[in-house]
Amino acid sequence: MGVLTPLDRPNSYIGRSVPRPNAKRLLAGRGRYVTDITLPRMLHVAYVRSPYAHARIVSIDAQAARKMPGVRLIATGEDLAKLCTPWVGTMDHFKGMKSPPQLPLPIDKVVWSGQAVVAVVADTRALAEDAAEAVYIEFDELPAVVDIDAARDPSAPVISPELGSNLCFHGKIDTGGVEDIFANAAHVVEEEFHFGRHTAVTMEPRAIIADYDVSEAKLTVHHATQTPYQFQDIYARHYGIPESSVRVIAPDIGGSFGMKLHMYHEDMAVVGLSMMLGRPVKYVADRIESFVSDIHARDHRVRARMAADTDGNILAMDVEDVTGIGAFSAYPRTSVVEGNQVYRLMGAPYTFRNYRADLQVVFQNKVQMSQYRAVGHPVACTVTERLVDMIAEKTAHDVFDIRSRNMIADDAYPCTSPTGYQFEALSHHACLAKVKAMMNYDGLRAEQAELRTKGIHRGIGIATFVEITNPGPAFYGVGGARISSQDGAIVKITPAGDVHCSISVTELGQGTETIIGQIVAEHLGVDRDRIKVMTGDTDTTPYGGATYACRGAGIGGETALQAAKKLKANVLAVAAAILQDEPDRLDVQSGWIVEAGTGQQRIELSEIARIAYFRSDTLPPGTQAQLSVAHHYAPQGYPFAFTNGIQACHLELDVETGLVKILKLWVVEDCGRVINPLLVDEQIRGGVVQGLGAAFFEECVYGDNGQLTNGSLADYLVPMAVEMPDIEIGHVETLTLDTQLGAKGVGEAGTAAASAAALNAINDAMKPFGGTIAQVPMTPARLLKALGHI
Amino acid sequence: MKARAFNYVRASTVVEALKAFEDAQDDASYIAGGQSLVPTLALRLQAPELLIDIAHIPALRGIELQGDWLRIGALTRHFEVLSDPLIRLHAPLYSEAAPHVAHPAIRNKGTLGGSISHADPASEFPAMTLALGAELEIAGRDGIRRVPADDFFVDLFQTAIEPGELLVAIHVPVVRSGHRWAFHELARRRGDFALVGCGILAEFSGDVVEHVCIAFFSVGSTPLRARQAEEALIGKKLDQVAIAAAQAIVGDDLNPPEDEHTPPAMKRHLARVLLGRLLGEIARQDV
Repeated sequence: MGVLTPLDRPNSYIGRSVPRPNAKRLLAGRGRYVTDITLPRMLHVAYVRSPYAHARIVSIDAQAARKMPGVRLIATGEDLAKLCTPWVGTMDHFKGMKSPPQLPLPIDKVVWSGQAVVAVVADTRALAEDAAEAVYIEFDELPAVVDIDAARDPSAPVISPELGSNLCFHGKIDTGGVEDIFANAAHVVEEEFHFGRHTAVTMEPRAIIADYDVSEAKLTVHHATQTPYQFQDIYARHYGIPESSVRVIAPDIGGSFGMKLHMYHEDMAVVGLSMMLGRPVKYVADRIESFVSDIHARDHRVRARMAADTDGNILAMDVEDVTGIGAFSAYPRTSVVEGNQVYRLMGAPYTFRNYRADLQVVFQNKVQMSQYRAVGHPVACTVTERLVDMIAEKTAHDVFDIRSRNMIADDAYPCTSPTGYQFEALSHHACLAKVKAMMNYDGLRAEQAELRTKGIHRGIGIATFVEITNPGPAFYGVGGARISSQDGAIVKITPAGDVHCSISVTELGQGTETIIGQIVAEHLGVDRDRIKVMTGDTDTTPYGGATYACRGAGIGGETALQAAKKLKANVLAVAAAILQDEPDRLDVQSGWIVEAGTGQQRIELSEIARIAYFRSDTLPPGTQAQLSVAHHYAPQGYPFAFTNGIQACHLELDVETGLVKILKLWVVEDCGRVINPLLVDEQIRGGVVQGLGAAFFEECVYGDNGQLTNGSLADYLVPMAVEMPDIEIGHVETLTLDTQLGAKGVGEAGTAAASAAALNAINDAMKPFGGTIAQVPMTPARLLKALGHI
Repeated sequence: MKARAFNYVRASTVVEALKAFEDAQDDASYIAGGQSLVPTLALRLQAPELLIDIAHIPALRGIELQGDWLRIGALTRHFEVLSDPLIRLHAPLYSEAAPHVAHPAIRNKGTLGGSISHADPASEFPAMTLALGAELEIAGRDGIRRVPADDFFVDLFQTAIEPGELLVAIHVPVVRSGHRWAFHELARRRGDFALVGCGILAEFSGDVVEHVCIAFFSVGSTPLRARQAEEALIGKKLDQVAIAAAQAIVGDDLNPPEDEHTPPAMKRHLARVLLGRLLGEIARQDV
């Protein structure tokens, strides 16, 4: 007989690879996305967009368009401003941050190319587009602010003159001592890094139906979003509707990656249009619109240097990050969070104590930039890990040795990073050792040397990382943003002994509902297939922050766990009354009340429920069975649950063409308790693919006039299956002791370090040729330049 | 985006199709596989009044050996090009190129005639039409004419096909013993339009190059032949010296447009690399 593990206990689902119960439904085409929803009397909106990056609106002529077939309403910025109050994307804890007020549609000027200007509502989308072609807008083109340096030039046009400059935020961190260390250090390496803009390209685009019912003054919004309560708050406040009269429903969601939690102008406008018409109005962003209106990510230029002593001990880092965010800061989470995480996560895995950083967040005439999967992480990781490799080269250390020499020891926790992040417990050295064994590092190095003699150039790159997960109120709440750090669950038992769990965290295709089901099943003591999990509806789930910043498992999971335990206590209290026994001598297993010590079955859960609901007269006097519980949980203790890991990339560079074949990628990751290994591994793989997309393919390229030059899937390259390597994943589990569950987040780990590992691998492959690269994506043109061919 | 409203007719003969076009006073488009046309309709880059569906005209179908020529019907779909034994045997550069043309779903719909008459300078089949020295059979109101590939590709998306005319078939002179060929393209992702691509058909007399056709794509406003590189090889043994001579001059044969994503210098560099690799491959082939 094999050794028993915790998984051999009854109802042991945590730690087990169980498939997603909703996967079959989605694969069978029975998903219900916003696009699938058709409401009675529903209309469709198309937007007339600005062809200019920066221009004054001189006049709008919609006379001809109003007469086109099927047209029900043509609305401008002025029309919607009568209903909707402006919003400002700032938070108080970013001192000195500023951003101009925004409206659904602009009134007097446009600030990026593709900005929606006029809404055309018609019986069908095609008719709305026909009429949109007949709307004539006269623009007076203004000089566009495109480049991040040009934006800060005193002679540059100021996009929002009332703010005085194009600087949104200027932040500084200085532990002191940095200047002296660099002046006297044995080794100093420095580099200028460029991180291109890219965007989410979700399978399901943004989609929304606003349905304002004039008879009851109630608003229902079917919204492809990951944060329903956040939008309930926004629609209620900005349209002056009582919160209880606003219902936001997020049905099946086809990917979000942070993109679907920001306020978009078109989406806000749809609510106003529905109020004006008293009819449901649907808007679905098509792919071309998505490229010029979904948030973009990254867009950083980082100048950074690192100092080390003669032995390769890292002493200090000095960083200057400039990031362009478009013409305003996104709402309600702001566009400073990305830069803030970039300059606070630099060097996070290492022991050095002296750090100085300068962050400038600038406005420009481009699409808004804001939070996207692994906010700031890939930038901080790439800069740090490339500099570490450069120190290794200078001091003749192997890339593994330099890291084990400098990383925080696994027994040194708790400790604090130079930027003030508090680490409960990380496992850098354990992860480093594990990945080295998994990838057969020494074998790969030997193979690399041999192949080089045959003109085949392979590269090996590693990147260690720290990821921010399970954020508490320190993330948004303290800054004044009305975004809940708490989540809530209602768990109830039906008369048949089935279980319903409605919870505020949301399902975006990543498997939230699956793991919530696993946790409730294990901690309540029932079979998983008897549990139904419901998410994504402000009328039917408790209030909560939902899913963002890797909090679904760690915070949502803990909420479900505590709710399930509370319900179990209630069940046992009723069972004890019925069985004339003591609650603590009983347990629930597989839907049965059992004797705790022996596991002997006493009475079925469904029988308890039947008695409680239908024959309460048979219960002892004073017994009120509570077979539903509501429970909330917000993280306390550490402000964030940091995770860590390491990625390794093996690739082959065609040094004549600049084309790259990614051969393999390894990830060792520590997200604490792994609730569902299958889903965790697929989260990591998906994240890695997005990271490799950023490393080699994805970039929103702008021309000098502020026009996006590759805004279609023909020109904007997303990573495809053929180009992606096998991704092998290992785990180290360091539980957080802040929760009973012990789980931290994992959704961003893959993206955090993949591009850094790839960049290090490319530089490793190019070593015999002397060229280096510090820019992503690493396109063939850039690699040919680095290799000196063009 | 949604396409603007249009009318639709299905033609059952070439004559019927030509007549429908004429009746529409040229505000019409022929549609077969629709793989290039439909996206431009959806983006409203084109909005013809009438779409004439030619996908059910029997005369545009079939693959047939006619003496020293292989006749390939214009409606032959990409997946048929990929798998057809006659094409593999007699017009092998089409077969070699086919796996690089887009993805299976597109290959199931897209047609060879559609690709050639669309004449995207980044497409594989138009360039292979040049490399194979094919002739294009075109139907118009004055009857049928045949245009050699060298005279067919006029400018960006422009061919010898006049408005209203219809490409009926592609006639390829069959390859003979003594012919060697090679195809390759450099693309960032499998199935994408290539950064640079090239097909070469060479005829050897012993180990001397007697005739060679080097056709590049994605390097100008049309698919184009590298005439000077061809010249440099004719009458030569295909050794290192000859290959280097062809590589040295091929940059002058090409006319890549300014493009910030792939600058002309990069295209010329990649063309040199690709030419060297393909000629090396041909040199290694057994006669």
